[in-house]
Amino acid sequence: MSLSYISEILPSLFQGASLTLQLFFWTLIGSLPLGIVVSLGLTSNIKPIRWVLDFYVWLMRGTPLLLQLIFVFYGLPIIGVVFQRYDAAVFAFILNYGAYFAEIFRGGLQSIDNGQYESARVLRLSYWQTIRKIVIPQVVKIVLPSVGNEVINLVKDSSLVYVIGLGDLLRAGNVATSRDVTLVPLLLVGIIYLILVGICTYLLHKVEQRYSYYK
Amino acid sequence: MLEIKNLKKSFSGRVILDNMNVTVKDREVLSIVGPSGAGKTTLLRCITGLEKADSGEFLIDGQAFNPQGTDTSDSVIGVVFQDFNLFPHLSVFDNITLAPTMVLKKDKNEAKAEAENLLAELGLKGKGDLYPFQLSGGQKQRVAIARALAMHPKILCYDEPTSALDPNLRREVEKLILGLKQDGMTQLVVTHDMEFAKNIADDILEVSSLDKLNQK
Repeated sequence: MSLSYISEILPSLFQGASLTLQLFFWTLIGSLPLGIVVSLGLTSNIKPIRWVLDFYVWLMRGTPLLLQLIFVFYGLPIIGVVFQRYDAAVFAFILNYGAYFAEIFRGGLQSIDNGQYESARVLRLSYWQTIRKIVIPQVVKIVLPSVGNEVINLVKDSSLVYVIGLGDLLRAGNVATSRDVTLVPLLLVGIIYLILVGICTYLLHKVEQRYSYYK
Repeated sequence: MLEIKNLKKSFSGRVILDNMNVTVKDREVLSIVGPSGAGKTTLLRCITGLEKADSGEFLIDGQAFNPQGTDTSDSVIGVVFQDFNLFPHLSVFDNITLAPTMVLKKDKNEAKAEAENLLAELGLKGKGDLYPFQLSGGQKQRVAIARALAMHPKILCYDEPTSALDPNLRREVEKLILGLKQDGMTQLVVTHDMEFAKNIADDILEVSSLDKLNQK
Protein backbone atom coordinates (compact mmCIF):
# COMPACT_ATOMS: atom_id res chain seq x y z
CA MET A 1 0.00 0.00 0.00
CA SER A 2 2.27 2.71 -1.26
CA LEU A 3 1.62 6.36 -0.57
CA SER A 4 2.04 7.26 -4.19
CA TYR A 5 -0.71 4.81 -5.17
CA ILE A 6 -3.00 6.30 -2.56
CA SER A 7 -2.38 9.83 -3.73
CA GLU A 8 -2.98 8.62 -7.28
CA ILE A 9 -6.47 7.31 -6.60
CA LEU A 10 -7.58 9.80 -3.94
CA PRO A 11 -8.74 12.49 -6.42
CA SER A 12 -11.19 10.09 -8.06
CA LEU A 13 -12.44 8.97 -4.64
CA PHE A 14 -12.95 12.58 -3.59
CA GLN A 15 -14.85 13.21 -6.77
CA GLY A 16 -17.13 10.30 -5.91
CA ALA A 17 -17.44 11.59 -2.35
CA SER A 18 -18.48 15.00 -3.64
CA LEU A 19 -21.44 13.41 -5.49
CA THR A 20 -22.32 11.45 -2.35
CA LEU A 21 -22.33 14.67 -0.31
CA GLN A 22 -24.39 16.62 -2.83
CA LEU A 23 -27.00 13.90 -2.92
CA PHE A 24 -26.93 13.80 0.88
CA PHE A 25 -27.58 17.52 1.30
CA TRP A 26 -30.26 17.84 -1.37
CA THR A 27 -32.09 14.84 0.04
CA LEU A 28 -32.12 16.34 3.53
CA ILE A 29 -33.19 19.78 2.28
CA GLY A 30 -36.10 18.21 0.41
CA SER A 31 -37.17 15.36 2.66
CA LEU A 32 -37.20 17.05 6.09
CA PRO A 33 -39.82 19.69 5.16
CA LEU A 34 -41.72 17.04 3.18
CA GLY A 35 -41.71 14.82 6.24
CA ILE A 36 -43.09 17.60 8.48
CA VAL A 37 -45.93 18.42 6.10
CA VAL A 38 -46.81 14.74 5.55
CA SER A 39 -46.76 14.06 9.30
CA LEU A 40 -49.24 16.91 9.92
CA GLY A 41 -51.43 15.31 7.24
CA LEU A 42 -51.05 11.84 8.76
CA THR A 43 -52.36 13.16 12.09
CA SER A 44 -55.15 15.28 10.58
CA ASN A 45 -58.84 14.48 10.98
CA ILE A 46 -59.52 14.53 7.26
CA LYS A 47 -59.75 10.90 6.23
CA PRO A 48 -59.04 11.16 2.47
CA ILE A 49 -55.80 13.01 3.22
CA ARG A 50 -54.81 10.27 5.64
CA TRP A 51 -55.62 7.50 3.15
CA VAL A 52 -53.51 9.08 0.40
CA LEU A 53 -50.59 9.71 2.75
CA ASP A 54 -50.83 6.26 4.35
CA PHE A 55 -50.59 4.78 0.85
CA TYR A 56 -47.57 6.93 0.03
CA VAL A 57 -45.78 5.89 3.22
CA TRP A 58 -46.65 2.23 2.63
CA LEU A 59 -45.34 2.38 -0.93
CA MET A 60 -42.08 4.08 0.04
CA ARG A 61 -41.35 1.89 3.03
CA GLY A 62 -42.70 -1.24 1.42
CA THR A 63 -40.35 -1.39 -1.55
CA PRO A 64 -36.55 -1.31 -1.69
CA LEU A 65 -35.00 2.09 -2.35
CA LEU A 66 -32.95 0.38 -5.07
CA LEU A 67 -36.14 -0.59 -6.87
CA GLN A 68 -37.52 2.93 -6.51
CA LEU A 69 -34.37 4.36 -8.10
CA ILE A 70 -34.74 1.98 -11.06
CA PHE A 71 -38.42 2.87 -11.49
CA VAL A 72 -37.82 6.62 -11.34
CA PHE A 73 -34.97 6.51 -13.86
CA TYR A 74 -35.97 3.68 -16.21
CA GLY A 75 -39.70 3.39 -15.51
CA LEU A 76 -41.04 6.95 -15.48
CA PRO A 77 -39.81 7.72 -19.02
CA ILE A 78 -42.36 5.15 -20.25
CA ILE A 79 -45.13 7.52 -19.11
CA GLY A 80 -43.22 10.52 -20.43
CA VAL A 81 -41.47 11.72 -17.27
CA VAL A 82 -37.76 11.87 -18.00
CA PHE A 83 -35.19 12.68 -15.33
CA GLN A 84 -31.45 13.15 -15.69
CA ARG A 85 -29.58 10.50 -13.74
CA TYR A 86 -28.67 12.83 -10.88
CA ASP A 87 -32.15 14.41 -10.69
CA ALA A 88 -33.74 10.97 -10.69
CA ALA A 89 -31.58 10.00 -7.73
CA VAL A 90 -32.42 13.17 -5.75
CA PHE A 91 -36.14 12.76 -6.55
CA ALA A 92 -36.26 9.12 -5.46
CA PHE A 93 -34.26 9.79 -2.30
CA ILE A 94 -36.43 12.75 -1.24
CA LEU A 95 -39.62 10.73 -1.70
CA ASN A 96 -38.19 7.74 0.16
CA TYR A 97 -36.67 9.63 3.08
CA GLY A 98 -39.68 11.97 3.31
CA ALA A 99 -41.83 8.94 4.14
CA TYR A 100 -39.50 7.73 6.89
CA PHE A 101 -39.20 11.25 8.36
CA ALA A 102 -42.99 11.64 8.23
CA GLU A 103 -43.44 8.54 10.36
CA ILE A 104 -40.81 9.74 12.82
CA PHE A 105 -42.46 13.17 13.11
CA ARG A 106 -45.90 11.57 13.46
CA GLY A 107 -44.60 9.68 16.48
CA GLY A 108 -43.24 12.94 17.88
CA LEU A 109 -46.50 14.81 17.30
CA GLN A 110 -48.52 12.10 19.01
CA SER A 111 -46.27 12.07 22.06
CA ILE A 112 -47.09 15.71 22.87
CA ASP A 113 -49.46 15.64 25.83
CA ASN A 114 -52.98 16.86 25.14
CA GLY A 115 -52.60 19.17 28.14
CA GLN A 116 -50.16 21.27 26.13
CA TYR A 117 -52.83 21.94 23.49
CA GLU A 118 -55.42 22.65 26.21
CA SER A 119 -53.11 25.08 27.98
CA ALA A 120 -52.48 26.87 24.71
CA ARG A 121 -56.19 26.96 24.00
CA VAL A 122 -57.27 28.51 27.30
CA LEU A 123 -54.51 31.10 26.79
CA ARG A 124 -56.21 31.86 23.45
CA LEU A 125 -53.26 30.96 21.24
CA SER A 126 -54.30 30.19 17.66
CA TYR A 127 -53.73 26.76 16.05
CA TRP A 128 -50.64 27.88 14.16
CA GLN A 129 -49.23 29.78 17.14
CA THR A 130 -49.63 26.57 19.14
CA ILE A 131 -47.96 24.42 16.45
CA ARG A 132 -45.09 26.87 15.98
CA LYS A 133 -44.38 27.92 19.56
CA ILE A 134 -45.47 24.92 21.63
CA VAL A 135 -45.59 21.77 19.51
CA ILE A 136 -42.74 21.91 16.97
CA PRO A 137 -40.01 22.90 19.46
CA GLN A 138 -40.94 19.93 21.66
CA VAL A 139 -41.29 17.53 18.73
CA VAL A 140 -37.83 18.44 17.43
CA LYS A 141 -36.24 17.44 20.70
CA ILE A 142 -38.14 14.15 20.81
CA VAL A 143 -37.36 13.09 17.25
CA LEU A 144 -33.70 14.14 17.10
CA PRO A 145 -32.19 10.71 17.90
CA SER A 146 -34.39 8.94 15.33
CA VAL A 147 -33.79 11.59 12.70
CA GLY A 148 -30.07 11.25 13.39
CA ASN A 149 -30.30 7.54 12.69
CA GLU A 150 -31.89 8.19 9.31
CA VAL A 151 -29.33 10.89 8.48
CA ILE A 152 -26.51 8.42 9.06
CA ASN A 153 -28.31 5.78 7.02
CA LEU A 154 -28.60 8.29 4.22
CA VAL A 155 -24.82 8.75 3.99
CA LYS A 156 -24.48 5.06 3.20
CA ASP A 157 -27.73 4.56 1.26
CA SER A 158 -26.45 7.09 -1.25
CA SER A 159 -24.19 4.32 -2.58
CA LEU A 160 -27.28 2.74 -4.20
CA VAL A 161 -27.13 5.28 -7.02
CA TYR A 162 -24.61 3.04 -8.82
CA VAL A 163 -27.64 1.18 -10.16
CA ILE A 164 -28.55 4.09 -12.43
CA GLY A 165 -24.94 4.68 -13.44
CA LEU A 166 -23.96 7.55 -11.17
CA GLY A 167 -20.38 7.72 -9.95
CA ASP A 168 -20.51 8.08 -6.18
CA LEU A 169 -17.83 7.29 -3.60
CA LEU A 170 -18.36 3.52 -3.48
CA ARG A 171 -18.42 3.21 -7.27
CA ALA A 172 -15.19 5.20 -7.56
CA GLY A 173 -13.58 2.73 -5.17
CA ASN A 174 -15.02 -0.24 -7.05
CA VAL A 175 -13.67 0.99 -10.36
CA ALA A 176 -10.16 1.41 -8.94
CA THR A 177 -10.30 -1.98 -7.22
CA SER A 178 -11.21 -3.97 -10.31
CA ARG A 179 -8.76 -2.01 -12.46
CA ASP A 180 -5.73 -2.36 -10.15
CA VAL A 181 -6.67 -5.67 -8.52
CA THR A 182 -6.21 -4.39 -4.97
CA LEU A 183 -8.53 -3.80 -2.02
CA VAL A 184 -6.73 -0.59 -1.04
CA PRO A 185 -9.28 1.72 -2.77
CA LEU A 186 -12.17 0.04 -0.99
CA LEU A 187 -10.32 0.32 2.30
CA LEU A 188 -9.97 4.05 1.67
CA VAL A 189 -13.67 4.23 0.74
CA GLY A 190 -14.50 2.68 4.09
CA ILE A 191 -12.33 5.21 5.89
CA ILE A 192 -13.96 8.12 4.06
CA TYR A 193 -17.46 6.85 4.96
CA LEU A 194 -16.37 6.55 8.57
CA ILE A 195 -15.09 10.12 8.55
CA LEU A 196 -18.32 11.42 6.99
CA VAL A 197 -20.46 9.55 9.49
CA GLY A 198 -18.15 10.70 12.29
CA ILE A 199 -18.74 14.33 11.32
CA CYS A 200 -22.53 13.74 11.14
CA THR A 201 -22.51 12.09 14.56
CA TYR A 202 -20.58 14.98 16.05
CA LEU A 203 -22.94 17.59 14.58
CA LEU A 204 -26.04 15.66 15.65
CA HIS A 205 -24.63 15.39 19.12
CA LYS A 206 -24.11 19.17 19.18
CA VAL A 207 -27.72 19.77 18.13
CA GLU A 208 -28.98 17.37 20.79
CA GLN A 209 -26.91 19.24 23.37
CA ARG A 210 -28.56 22.50 22.33
CA TYR A 211 -31.92 20.96 23.12
CA SER A 212 -30.89 19.47 26.45
CA TYR A 213 -31.59 22.70 28.34
CA TYR A 214 -34.91 21.25 29.50
CA LYS A 215 -36.30 17.84 30.38
CA MET B 1 -69.96 38.07 38.64
CA LEU B 2 -70.07 34.85 36.67
CA GLU B 3 -73.44 33.26 36.03
CA ILE B 4 -74.15 30.02 34.27
CA LYS B 5 -77.75 29.14 33.60
CA ASN B 6 -79.38 25.87 32.60
CA LEU B 7 -76.17 24.24 31.51
CA LYS B 8 -76.61 20.85 29.88
CA LYS B 9 -73.91 18.50 28.74
CA SER B 10 -74.04 14.88 27.65
CA PHE B 11 -71.53 12.51 26.12
CA SER B 12 -72.92 10.13 23.51
CA GLY B 13 -76.38 10.11 25.01
CA ARG B 14 -75.30 9.94 28.63
CA VAL B 15 -76.33 13.08 30.46
CA ILE B 16 -73.54 14.37 32.69
CA LEU B 17 -74.89 17.78 33.61
CA ASP B 18 -78.48 18.86 33.42
CA ASN B 19 -80.15 22.13 34.30
CA MET B 20 -77.01 23.23 36.12
CA ASN B 21 -76.88 26.74 37.54
CA VAL B 22 -73.70 28.27 38.89
CA THR B 23 -73.08 31.73 40.27
CA VAL B 24 -69.73 33.08 41.41
CA LYS B 25 -69.91 36.48 43.02
CA ASP B 26 -67.17 39.04 42.59
CA ARG B 27 -64.18 38.61 44.91
CA GLU B 28 -65.57 35.38 46.24
CA VAL B 29 -64.42 31.80 46.08
CA LEU B 30 -66.85 29.13 44.94
CA SER B 31 -65.92 25.51 45.50
CA ILE B 32 -67.46 22.80 43.42
CA VAL B 33 -67.39 19.48 45.24
CA GLY B 34 -68.76 16.04 44.64
CA PRO B 35 -67.73 12.43 44.16
CA SER B 36 -65.52 11.52 41.23
CA GLY B 37 -67.49 10.91 38.10
CA ALA B 38 -70.20 13.36 39.12
CA GLY B 39 -69.23 15.84 36.43
CA LYS B 40 -67.21 18.44 38.36
CA THR B 41 -64.43 18.45 35.81
CA THR B 42 -66.89 18.38 32.91
CA LEU B 43 -68.56 21.44 34.38
CA LEU B 44 -65.20 23.19 34.62
CA ARG B 45 -64.30 22.17 31.06
CA CYS B 46 -67.56 23.64 29.79
CA ILE B 47 -66.92 26.91 31.62
CA THR B 48 -63.37 27.13 30.30
CA GLY B 49 -64.40 26.28 26.75
CA LEU B 50 -62.51 23.00 26.51
CA GLU B 51 -65.83 21.20 26.02
CA LYS B 52 -68.80 22.55 24.16
CA ALA B 53 -71.96 22.66 26.27
CA ASP B 54 -75.09 21.24 24.67
CA SER B 55 -77.02 24.25 25.88
CA GLY B 56 -76.84 26.93 28.54
CA GLU B 57 -76.11 30.58 29.07
CA PHE B 58 -72.79 32.06 30.13
CA LEU B 59 -72.80 35.57 31.58
CA ILE B 60 -70.01 37.67 32.99
CA ASP B 61 -71.16 40.85 34.77
CA GLY B 62 -74.51 40.38 33.07
CA GLN B 63 -72.93 40.20 29.59
CA ALA B 64 -73.14 37.00 27.59
CA PHE B 65 -69.84 35.45 26.47
CA ASN B 66 -68.83 32.39 24.54
CA PRO B 67 -66.35 30.22 26.46
CA GLN B 68 -65.14 28.76 23.16
CA GLY B 69 -64.94 32.12 21.44
CA THR B 70 -61.69 33.49 20.10
CA ASP B 71 -62.65 37.12 20.56
CA THR B 72 -60.68 38.97 23.25
CA SER B 73 -63.99 39.91 24.92
CA ASP B 74 -64.57 36.19 25.42
CA SER B 75 -61.26 35.91 27.21
CA VAL B 76 -62.56 36.16 30.75
CA ILE B 77 -61.52 32.85 32.29
CA GLY B 78 -58.09 31.80 33.49
CA VAL B 79 -57.32 28.16 34.17
CA VAL B 80 -54.92 26.39 36.50
CA PHE B 81 -54.80 22.74 35.46
CA GLN B 82 -54.48 19.81 37.80
CA ASP B 83 -51.06 18.92 36.36
CA PHE B 84 -50.34 22.61 35.66
CA ASN B 85 -49.47 21.88 31.98
CA LEU B 86 -46.61 24.34 31.89
CA PHE B 87 -44.68 24.49 28.63
CA PRO B 88 -41.54 22.49 29.46
CA HIS B 89 -39.36 24.02 26.73
CA LEU B 90 -39.99 27.59 27.85
CA SER B 91 -38.51 29.40 30.82
CA VAL B 92 -40.82 30.61 33.58
CA PHE B 93 -40.75 34.11 32.06
CA ASP B 94 -41.58 32.81 28.59
CA ASN B 95 -44.37 30.61 29.97
CA ILE B 96 -45.96 33.71 31.47
CA THR B 97 -45.30 36.21 28.66
CA LEU B 98 -46.01 33.99 25.61
CA ALA B 99 -49.78 34.56 25.49
CA PRO B 100 -49.71 38.27 26.48
CA THR B 101 -47.20 39.03 23.70
CA MET B 102 -48.72 36.76 21.04
CA VAL B 103 -52.42 37.11 21.78
CA LEU B 104 -52.75 40.52 23.44
CA LYS B 105 -49.84 41.87 21.32
CA LYS B 106 -48.23 43.33 24.39
CA ASP B 107 -44.74 44.79 24.21
CA LYS B 108 -42.12 42.23 25.27
CA ASN B 109 -40.53 44.39 27.97
CA GLU B 110 -43.85 45.44 29.35
CA ALA B 111 -45.00 41.81 29.52
CA LYS B 112 -41.79 40.81 31.23
CA ALA B 113 -42.05 43.60 33.80
CA GLU B 114 -45.57 42.47 34.56
CA ALA B 115 -44.42 38.85 34.83
CA GLU B 116 -41.74 39.93 37.30
CA ASN B 117 -44.38 41.61 39.47
CA LEU B 118 -46.59 38.52 39.37
CA LEU B 119 -43.69 36.28 40.32
CA ALA B 120 -42.74 38.53 43.20
CA GLU B 121 -46.32 38.57 44.48
CA LEU B 122 -46.44 34.78 44.33
CA GLY B 123 -43.14 34.36 46.16
CA LEU B 124 -41.18 33.31 43.10
CA LYS B 125 -38.86 36.28 42.82
CA GLY B 126 -35.73 35.42 40.85
CA LYS B 127 -37.16 32.18 39.42
CA GLY B 128 -38.00 33.68 36.04
CA ASP B 129 -35.07 32.20 34.15
CA LEU B 130 -35.58 28.66 35.44
CA TYR B 131 -37.35 25.95 33.46
CA PRO B 132 -40.39 24.04 34.75
CA PHE B 133 -38.38 20.87 35.44
CA GLN B 134 -36.26 22.84 37.92
CA LEU B 135 -39.27 23.78 40.05
CA SER B 136 -41.09 21.95 42.82
CA GLY B 137 -44.76 21.04 42.43
CA GLY B 138 -45.93 23.99 44.50
CA GLN B 139 -43.74 26.38 42.52
CA LYS B 140 -45.06 25.00 39.24
CA GLN B 141 -48.58 25.63 40.43
CA ARG B 142 -47.75 29.21 41.24
CA VAL B 143 -46.18 29.69 37.82
CA ALA B 144 -49.39 28.28 36.30
CA ILE B 145 -51.34 30.84 38.35
CA ALA B 146 -49.04 33.64 37.21
CA ARG B 147 -49.42 32.50 33.59
CA ALA B 148 -53.21 32.60 33.89
CA LEU B 149 -53.23 35.97 35.70
CA ALA B 150 -51.02 37.55 33.03
CA MET B 151 -54.01 37.35 30.67
CA HIS B 152 -56.07 39.43 33.13
CA PRO B 153 -58.97 37.02 33.53
CA LYS B 154 -62.06 38.12 35.39
CA ILE B 155 -62.21 34.77 37.10
CA LEU B 156 -59.62 32.13 37.87
CA CYS B 157 -60.54 28.44 37.76
CA TYR B 158 -58.66 25.56 39.40
CA ASP B 159 -59.06 21.87 38.65
CA GLU B 160 -58.21 19.83 41.76
CA PRO B 161 -55.46 22.19 42.95
CA THR B 162 -54.36 19.93 45.79
CA SER B 163 -54.25 16.55 44.13
CA ALA B 164 -50.89 16.84 42.34
CA LEU B 165 -49.19 18.15 45.46
CA ASP B 166 -47.89 16.73 48.72
CA PRO B 167 -50.69 16.57 51.30
CA ASN B 168 -48.75 18.91 53.59
CA LEU B 169 -48.86 21.60 50.92
CA ARG B 170 -52.62 21.85 51.20
CA ARG B 171 -52.35 24.66 53.76
CA GLU B 172 -50.11 26.56 51.36
CA VAL B 173 -52.66 26.31 48.57
CA GLU B 174 -55.37 27.53 50.93
CA LYS B 175 -53.27 30.56 51.85
CA LEU B 176 -52.51 31.21 48.19
CA ILE B 177 -56.16 31.18 47.17
CA LEU B 178 -57.23 33.31 50.14
CA GLY B 179 -54.38 35.73 49.37
CA LEU B 180 -55.58 36.12 45.79
CA LYS B 181 -59.09 36.62 47.09
CA GLN B 182 -57.85 39.52 49.24
CA ASP B 183 -56.31 41.02 46.11
CA GLY B 184 -59.79 40.97 44.61
CA MET B 185 -59.66 37.85 42.45
CA THR B 186 -62.83 35.90 41.81
CA GLN B 187 -62.11 32.19 41.95
CA LEU B 188 -63.76 28.89 41.19
CA VAL B 189 -62.21 25.75 42.65
CA VAL B 190 -63.11 22.21 41.70
CA THR B 191 -62.07 19.75 44.40
CA HIS B 192 -63.02 16.42 45.88
CA ASP B 193 -61.58 17.49 49.23
CA MET B 194 -64.47 18.73 51.38
CA GLU B 195 -62.32 20.07 54.19
CA PHE B 196 -60.16 22.03 51.78
CA ALA B 197 -63.31 23.40 50.13
CA LYS B 198 -64.72 24.53 53.49
CA ASN B 199 -61.49 26.31 54.36
CA ILE B 200 -61.35 28.41 51.22
CA ALA B 201 -64.87 28.87 49.96
CA ASP B 202 -67.52 31.51 50.49
CA ASP B 203 -69.97 29.20 48.84
CA ILE B 204 -69.97 25.50 48.07
CA LEU B 205 -71.77 23.85 45.20
CA GLU B 206 -72.33 20.12 45.41
CA VAL B 207 -72.54 18.23 42.18
CA SER B 208 -74.10 14.81 42.44
CA SER B 209 -74.04 12.05 39.92
CA LEU B 210 -76.86 11.89 37.43
CA ASP B 211 -76.38 8.19 36.86
CA LYS B 212 -79.64 7.34 38.64
CA LEU B 213 -81.45 9.74 36.38
CA ASN B 214 -79.79 8.13 33.40
CA GLN B 215 -81.00 4.68 34.36
CA LYS B 216 -84.64 5.72 34.34
